[in-house]
Amino acid sequence: MISLTVNGKPQSFDGDPEMPLLWYLRDVLQMTGTKFGCGMALCGACTVHVDGGATRACLTPMSAVAGKKVTTIEGLDPNGKHALQEAWRAHGVPQCGYCQAGQIMSAAALLASNKKPSSQQIDDAMSGNLCRCGTYPRIKAAIEDVASRKGA
Amino acid sequence: MDTFHVSRREFLQASGATGLLLVASVNDVFAADAPKYGGDGMPHGVQDSPLVFVAIAPDGLVTITCHRAEMGQGVRTGVPMIIADELDADWSKVRVVQAEGDELKYGNQDTDGSRTTRQWFMPLRRCGASARQMLEAAAAAKWNVPVSEVKASDHHVTHSKTGKKLGYGDLAADAAKLPVPKAADLKLKDPKEFRYIGKGKIQIVDGFDITTGRAKYGQDVVMPDMLFAVVARSPVYGGSITSFDASDALKVPGVVKVIEIKQTPVPSAFQPLAGVAVIANNTWAAMKGRKALKIVWADGPNGTYSSDAYRAEMQEAALKPGKVIRTHGDVEKAMAGAAKTIKADYYLPHLAQAPMEPPAATARVKDGKCEVWTSAQSPEACRNDVAKRLDMKREDVTVNVLLLGGGFGRKSKADFAVEAALCAKEMDGKPVKVVWTREDDLHHSFYHTVSVEHLEGGIDKDGKPVAWLHRSVAPTLMALFMPDPKQESMIELGMGLANVPFPVPNFRVENPEAAVHTRVGWYRAVSNIPHAFAVQSFVCEMAHAAGKDPKDYLLEILGPPRRIDPRDLNDTWNHGENPELYLVDTGRIRRVAETVAKESKWGSKLPKGSGRGIAAHYSFTTYVAAVVEVSVDAKGNLTIPRVDIAIDCGAQVNPERVRAQMEGACIMGLSNAMLSEITYKDGRVTQDNFHQYEILRIGMTPKAIHVHLIPGDYSLPMGGVGEPGVPPIAPALCNAIFEATGKRIRALPIKDQLKA
Repeated sequence: MISLTVNGKPQSFDGDPEMPLLWYLRDVLQMTGTKFGCGMALCGACTVHVDGGATRACLTPMSAVAGKKVTTIEGLDPNGKHALQEAWRAHGVPQCGYCQAGQIMSAAALLASNKKPSSQQIDDAMSGNLCRCGTYPRIKAAIEDVASRKGA
Repeated sequence: MDTFHVSRREFLQASGATGLLLVASVNDVFAADAPKYGGDGMPHGVQDSPLVFVAIAPDGLVTITCHRAEMGQGVRTGVPMIIADELDADWSKVRVVQAEGDELKYGNQDTDGSRTTRQWFMPLRRCGASARQMLEAAAAAKWNVPVSEVKASDHHVTHSKTGKKLGYGDLAADAAKLPVPKAADLKLKDPKEFRYIGKGKIQIVDGFDITTGRAKYGQDVVMPDMLFAVVARSPVYGGSITSFDASDALKVPGVVKVIEIKQTPVPSAFQPLAGVAVIANNTWAAMKGRKALKIVWADGPNGTYSSDAYRAEMQEAALKPGKVIRTHGDVEKAMAGAAKTIKADYYLPHLAQAPMEPPAATARVKDGKCEVWTSAQSPEACRNDVAKRLDMKREDVTVNVLLLGGGFGRKSKADFAVEAALCAKEMDGKPVKVVWTREDDLHHSFYHTVSVEHLEGGIDKDGKPVAWLHRSVAPTLMALFMPDPKQESMIELGMGLANVPFPVPNFRVENPEAAVHTRVGWYRAVSNIPHAFAVQSFVCEMAHAAGKDPKDYLLEILGPPRRIDPRDLNDTWNHGENPELYLVDTGRIRRVAETVAKESKWGSKLPKGSGRGIAAHYSFTTYVAAVVEVSVDAKGNLTIPRVDIAIDCGAQVNPERVRAQMEGACIMGLSNAMLSEITYKDGRVTQDNFHQYEILRIGMTPKAIHVHLIPGDYSLPMGGVGEPGVPPIAPALCNAIFEATGKRIRALPIKDQLKA
């Protein structure tokens, strides 16, 4: 039996401990905000926070999250009003939108640890998140917008 | 120019009575039919009835049905915006619902070919105007006043003389009982009165759901008692299963059943490949079960397809004469008399669309009916394909459309939905979701064609172009629908090959044969990608041979502004549009080229190791030009400080999304040019995932992308937006690299060709 917390709610899992966190979230908890893109930690669509750090859920076995706190896009802000979520909408970042949950989770982890990242630090932190629609310029603009705010 | 040798009926059946651009061309092929163009020429035409698209609740909430698939182009915002504008609805009281696949009701739903806005702008305006006039008529009747004295505005109808006012919600029930106005009686808004169209003030309707994880894509379907499946498919196109052993797979905890999906004989259109499906109670168990399968495949004739050998074969074909597509003057004589001649061969590989959402579909088969939930660009095609394979009537199949996590042409072909239906059929009414992994997506796509483009040019002593020869060798996407075609179809020829509008006095385009060994399909911008790359690279090469500035030479070879009937360029397809309305306008090509030249400060000095390149291309009835600026360091590392891209698509409904499409097309074009390649060995794709099939990451993105929108006139025909941004990017990039380094890139992707 594996116990963990997902978006503040205690959960337990007694299935295959090798099952990646991604499929536990999507198939078992039926929380589909965290996306499947590659299964090899190459695209970042499945990015969640584990104890606050950006983590690719597709390669994280359930055995590795025992006792951990997992936050998904659904739990980032209960009202969808995290500064990054608002900036994403204001900048018209999403096109198809499929990768954007992972993009936002990566960006949120970055800003949580570094409130004023440099351009290079943004590129480095976001380099694991692919977007086939090509929304990178707006992703960067949205992150820079939030990072540049007073008191941010 | 008839490249199809099948009857109309056979052709429609083969193509699933739909499919991109394909059927639009049928009109031209079968001249006995009265020609219909644009939306009217598509299967099931257009629909403009407000009774189909608009519902108004007593509280005034306006529900608009979007019949087209959202895959990032913004259609779920743009379509309702057009209707809401003519309706003069308050946008905050509008919500959008997604139509199921039903072209008999909605008209054509095939979201493809950059067609929705250009073909539906007028029908959707008529729809909104009809609804507005019905509300006005209802108010006039209620107040017993002439309809000329009432006016609908901002979700209310007002009587001018008395100031009486009723909300749309108060009038909706009465309005719905009135006849829909005849087209001749419709009063469309003066474009000056538009409140949403052309303004770019509205955020996309799915923005909140996308940024909060609530948005539902095909991969995200959740239903009680659902099962999950993954499929092991023939690694070779047209291969079949000799035998398989599922005993170990069935031992994996969670695996419920294993079924065989029979091969569809080639040409298999959008039907699935031969495969073995493992059905389980979660995706992970299904994946583990698939690993435990033992399958003996029979590869069939495509088992020898290897990219190196095929490239050599294409190259050989490109050096010999091929079928003449368009010719005038005497190319040989002009070349012989030219002051200088140059030759170049360009190679562009297969590509996979690789949408971030791998294909997925959920199906339930119960009581003789099948219901599907999926991300389909063409839900009617999906419906017909499922019905055909399950031997059901169309009426017994329902296709519900979710958001598409990217499409780019891949999700026009819903083989994944047919797989889900075949699995569900075996599971006693339980829904089954078929999940494609990224490996599945890269191994079993409908790939962008591979091509060798051979160009020869002659210039006179003043550097003027006097001779032009272009041979294009590429396997055709028509092989999905007909046995063993070897020539490019009129669709592919009409994508920047036959219809190159250069007034070079001696000019010939040829198409040597190419056999097809994999599923060639359509990929954002399709054959415009290789044709534009070759033509726009070669114009730059000719400029250098002539000792002239590439931008000046591009304008010189385009010649003075002319409006050319596409039929005079042997383009009888013309993107399905009326050749009398949609002409090839070299003045508009010149204008976008001049715009990007000016905006990029073309000709101003750049540091050593830097350079600018220009390219312009007409596709999907839209004109786009790009200037790419590059910087290449001593080690061969490439950075892109700036891209300028100008688009003339006529008037724009949602300029903000047009900009987004141009930014995205720029980045996809750069992925195509710099990184992406699908190759084959022994019939099998050699790239498994994004470490081998690379696409642009954020750090490689241009530091700035400046999009320049050419203003348009709403009374003139509109152009497409989703695709035409892609073709000029790769040649502009490679022309810039030549300026920066003196190295001419003729084979894509660039990968490490610049490395010292």
